Amino acid sequence: MTTKYIGKPASRVDGLEKVTGKARYSADFKVEGLTYGFIVSSSIAKGKITSIDSSRALALEGVLQVFTHENVRNLPWFKLRYTDMDAPSGTPFRPFYDNTIRFSMQPVALVIAETFELARYASSLIKVEYDKETYTTSLYKNLSKSFKAPKGKIGYVPPKSRGNADAAYQDAAFKIQAEYKHSAEHHNPMELFSTTAIWDNEKLTVYDKTQGVSNCQFYIGNIFGLAYKDVRIISPYVGGAFGSGLRPQHQLFMAVLAALELKRPVKVGLTRQQMFSFGHRPATLQKLALSASPEGTLESVRHEAYSETSQFENYTEVIVNWSATMYACENVELKYELVKLDTFTPLDMRAPGAVTGVHAMESAMDELAFELKMDPLIFRLKNYTDEDQVNEKPFSSKELVACYREGAEKFGWAARNVEPRSMRDGKNLVGWGVATAAWDANQMPSRAKALLSIDGKLVVSSGTSDIGTGTYTIMTQIAAEILGIAIENVTFKLGDTNLPLAPLEGGSWTAASVGSAVKTVCEDVRKILLKHAVKTKASPFYQYDSTKLQIDSGEIFDPNDSSKGVSVTEIMRLAGVNSIEETSTSGPNPLVGRKYTMNSHAAVFAEVKVDEDLGTVDVTRVVCAVAAGKILNPKTARSQILGGVVWGISKALEEESKLDHQYGRFMNHNLSEYHVPVNKDINDIEVIFVEEKDDVVNPLGVKGVGEIGIIGVAGAIANAVFHATGVRVRNLPITMDKVLQIAEDDRNQVAV
Amino acid sequence: MKQETSTLEIDDPFSNTLPAYTLVNLRINGQTHKLRLQPWVSLLDAIREYIGLTGTKKGCDHGQCGACTVLVDGKRINSCLTLAIMKDGAEITTIEGLADGEANHPLQDAFIEHDAFQCGYCTPGQICSAVGMFNEGRAHTLEDVKELMSGNICRCGAYTNINAAIMEVKAKLENE
Ligand code: FES
Ligand code: FES
Repeated sequence: MTTKYIGKPASRVDGLEKVTGKARYSADFKVEGLTYGFIVSSSIAKGKITSIDSSRALALEGVLQVFTHENVRNLPWFKLRYTDMDAPSGTPFRPFYDNTIRFSMQPVALVIAETFELARYASSLIKVEYDKETYTTSLYKNLSKSFKAPKGKIGYVPPKSRGNADAAYQDAAFKIQAEYKHSAEHHNPMELFSTTAIWDNEKLTVYDKTQGVSNCQFYIGNIFGLAYKDVRIISPYVGGAFGSGLRPQHQLFMAVLAALELKRPVKVGLTRQQMFSFGHRPATLQKLALSASPEGTLESVRHEAYSETSQFENYTEVIVNWSATMYACENVELKYELVKLDTFTPLDMRAPGAVTGVHAMESAMDELAFELKMDPLIFRLKNYTDEDQVNEKPFSSKELVACYREGAEKFGWAARNVEPRSMRDGKNLVGWGVATAAWDANQMPSRAKALLSIDGKLVVSSGTSDIGTGTYTIMTQIAAEILGIAIENVTFKLGDTNLPLAPLEGGSWTAASVGSAVKTVCEDVRKILLKHAVKTKASPFYQYDSTKLQIDSGEIFDPNDSSKGVSVTEIMRLAGVNSIEETSTSGPNPLVGRKYTMNSHAAVFAEVKVDEDLGTVDVTRVVCAVAAGKILNPKTARSQILGGVVWGISKALEEESKLDHQYGRFMNHNLSEYHVPVNKDINDIEVIFVEEKDDVVNPLGVKGVGEIGIIGVAGAIANAVFHATGVRVRNLPITMDKVLQIAEDDRNQVAV
Repeated sequence: MKQETSTLEIDDPFSNTLPAYTLVNLRINGQTHKLRLQPWVSLLDAIREYIGLTGTKKGCDHGQCGACTVLVDGKRINSCLTLAIMKDGAEITTIEGLADGEANHPLQDAFIEHDAFQCGYCTPGQICSAVGMFNEGRAHTLEDVKELMSGNICRCGAYTNINAAIMEVKAKLENE
């Protein structure tokens, strides 16, 4: 047995805790003397609170306090104090700041009581009177007020045009133009947001649901005037997040406020309904115009996106930029504008921007391929490029052609007839669609610590999080292999501000960022061990050249001389050290970023069966072929892609947060009316990881797999629905009424 | 039959009197817990907040997600839709009670092996639900399993792996 773990399909190291109910999520921490909070949400979308009467709630035995804007006064309200790491430009929402209502279901009061049931009941007794103001929540009605999206948010890059798209479009032989609409979506992780805050001995301990413990630590420290060292945020398990944990949510502020004020531990959770009162994927309108030569050369791309934001912040994401890098094209015109509405600020949601923009672009590519009477896969291959034309740089690696080839083979694409409505299975029309996907391969600065004890156990830690992504497992694999000890002897810790600083867990950059830090720190420990091996008199390798030595399975040895060997624990004993502790930092190499563009890629093939009478769509098969550099763990990485594909199916066919503009509120704010796939909705999903070697992207050669799996799926399904039915449904989700072209409020479908 | 009319004061239902406490015996995983509870406590909150068995999860509190699934006398139910006082004396099994001593339930091992979860939040509910489904004896094919497991949402999208784990254990149990 050798200790080679990277790239092996290890089962999750946290699996046992998860299947036995021992894994502790934010609401699972037992605390003596715990009190419970329940939030009262505003019933209007905009206006002023004229009065709040809490007397009845307070009259109940066991109700401890009701917090409102009237009695929360002594906080520093400067907007900068509320600005978290993922905040866009603007003024962040400040709970209980004043009597202004800025969005529907805004928290207006917090009841604290001895039991959860009592807090919930008491919340129903609080009378809030409002002065309503007129509000507007429709993106489409406010398009005339759109403005250029400002910079300011982490990861946002403004679009860059090139050439002359309009002129090329005018002259082109083949062209299409179309509009695509997406409604808002909510993340809806299974775990409800919850925070437990404990104020003890002038120190605050907080159990929270978050994708960034440090982000919450700074946020709470800044708002409540506490030293960061006195604020500890703990979050060992996160029940899904998908971006919703990137910003501190209402309940964190509420729980801390009450715990500091009452000097009692407080747990505050959001209900599923209240989880529709914070960030969401924004509704968008996209306009595309593409043109091509008769041979199928893409001659122009015009892509405009109009996206909603709140009145108080400018949420931005990268929607249109992908259309400038995915295919070779001389003339590209891009535009990205925001429209302010009376809703909460949108928030990054799995593959923010790309999911939206790529669906529209990949549908438009399919529409143009159909005009050309060309196979849509051949059309894509024809316009393939190895250069990022926006930044005039090569890609560090791009095995997209292999994705197309291996995916098409597995799927059986060659048997496809270009004609729509050409395949049938009984009463079902069958359609096949394809789409491309791309996502950034980023790396962020990150720190990690390693502690090797005399008993041979290694504890590695970093304040990152594992939202189901497999972070615990891959970090354990990296540490065990780099140091050369058995995986059973390695424990990885995360989700605690007492651990070294890690970036927000998002953007598919955790494997690259934290993984590189873990690699570096374990290399440092290894060097120290080898130094002891050659500097300790009693060591069999005394005065050896340490670069000739290796460590495997906990044994230090010379590969060229099998006569000698010493275990890691023995060398520590001989050297008289009880433990070795190191902390290291790792970050991106700026030179590499200047020379290359780094993206992961995927090709998605989908088969749908559409009931001809009912218009219902069943996704019977999906093949997702991914090029994402080195795959650290094919088992957990495959799960990430499976999840992404399920999300793509969901986006294409099910998800939609419906705003009732009369109330300015998301009306389907629960899991029975906000549709996400259930078991029965999901059929065959095939995941392929194509070989992709990338020596420059980061020391591990990984690109991340959290988002690349979702990006192309909605496009592939929309294209398959067209191929099956001859109806092009441009507005997501693709529901039966749109397929049958009888949707009352939606006429944006065309049939051939 | 004579019609009786009664007048009911409904414009102000407010009362300072809170529901009275009742003694409830909850038998969970073979152990009896004597609790003083108000009748408005759900079985889910009794298990999590009053007894401290937090393996059972709350995902909606409305019977819409299945995260809170437990077994009551071998039948799977949504514990958020049940009041604790209604289950006085019943045999309740939660995720913490599925193992046989040190040995995991075969579904627990199969879930790990097939990576039938990502975040793991729906997992206790999925496993309890699958045990309940086996007890019902209605699942014969993969299609049956997909249908009968559709009350348990997995937002991470682990369905294909969940089904692989269930089918493997199902085959094993049937061969025994
Ligand atoms: S918490 Fe009971 S069904 Fe969702
Ligand atoms: S594993 Fe995350 S919801 Fe199922």
